[in-house]
Amino acid sequence: MTINYADVAQGEDLKPWEYRVERVNLVMYAGASGDFNPIHWSPEFARAVGLPDTIATGMHTMARIGQYVTDWCGDPGAVVSFKNRFTSPVVVPTEGATVVVKGRVAEKLDDNRVRIEVEAESPEGTNVSKAEAVVRLA
Amino acid sequence: MPLNKSLIGKKYPASAPYEVGRERIKEFAQAIGETNPVYTDEKAAKAAGYPDIIAPPTFLTVLNFRYSPQVIGDPDLGLDYSRVVHGEQSYELHRPVVPGMRLVGEPTITDITARGKNEFFTVEAAISTESGESVATARAVIVSRGTAEEAS
Repeated sequence: MTINYADVAQGEDLKPWEYRVERVNLVMYAGASGDFNPIHWSPEFARAVGLPDTIATGMHTMARIGQYVTDWCGDPGAVVSFKNRFTSPVVVPTEGATVVVKGRVAEKLDDNRVRIEVEAESPEGTNVSKAEAVVRLA
Repeated sequence: MPLNKSLIGKKYPASAPYEVGRERIKEFAQAIGETNPVYTDEKAAKAAGYPDIIAPPTFLTVLNFRYSPQVIGDPDLGLDYSRVVHGEQSYELHRPVVPGMRLVGEPTITDITARGKNEFFTVEAAISTESGESVATARAVIVSRGTAEEAS
């Protein structure tokens, strides 16, 4: 299912989404991305450098936000640009963490492009990432 | 110790070609919890109009670990890696990444700015195929915590 430019209204909210992240996901991401910084998989190491527990790399959060955007527009190849500002870490204790993702159509641009703004936060409301994607719709 | 601002504008050599592997794309998609079959199923990708499976938009992070070490580790820059936090990442995507592409990344330090106690340095990498087709521009803002010159 792809979304048509004509069917999208500026200011329209995207359906909110949430995902779970557990340490195994961080380990899988380390292997797939090549980022083996131990703050992402070793609680002992993370605590020794002053973090409350292991944290997800910002790039993992960005990848999940990317999924949110491409699932909405229906075509991953439609992403023209994608930016994330990592505002605070996603702390991932043994029992895992939940991240809540909300987006809206911030602006309709020319050439069938739209600018989507996304915010990811903890269930308690702490922002972890502010993102922006420009996608070219059908 | 503040970072060496005279390195703003310094361009580093292109990284050695990285060949995008089919299974690596699939593993990356699985690792980020993706469910879209265009990343993992050749038939679904063709049905969606692609010549082959494509990589998720953030897959190019894999290449970052090939072209960035020479920048981060530049002795003239004076970066203490233990103080580093990834502040921001952006991609301009010019064409889908598909298996078999041989990618190179050519990084440039485009900015070093102090804000409060921290410094922010920006590395922009032109990502292209070995034969020179532009694939993407990747921009990372790295935070160097507590290294800004004390305001007096």
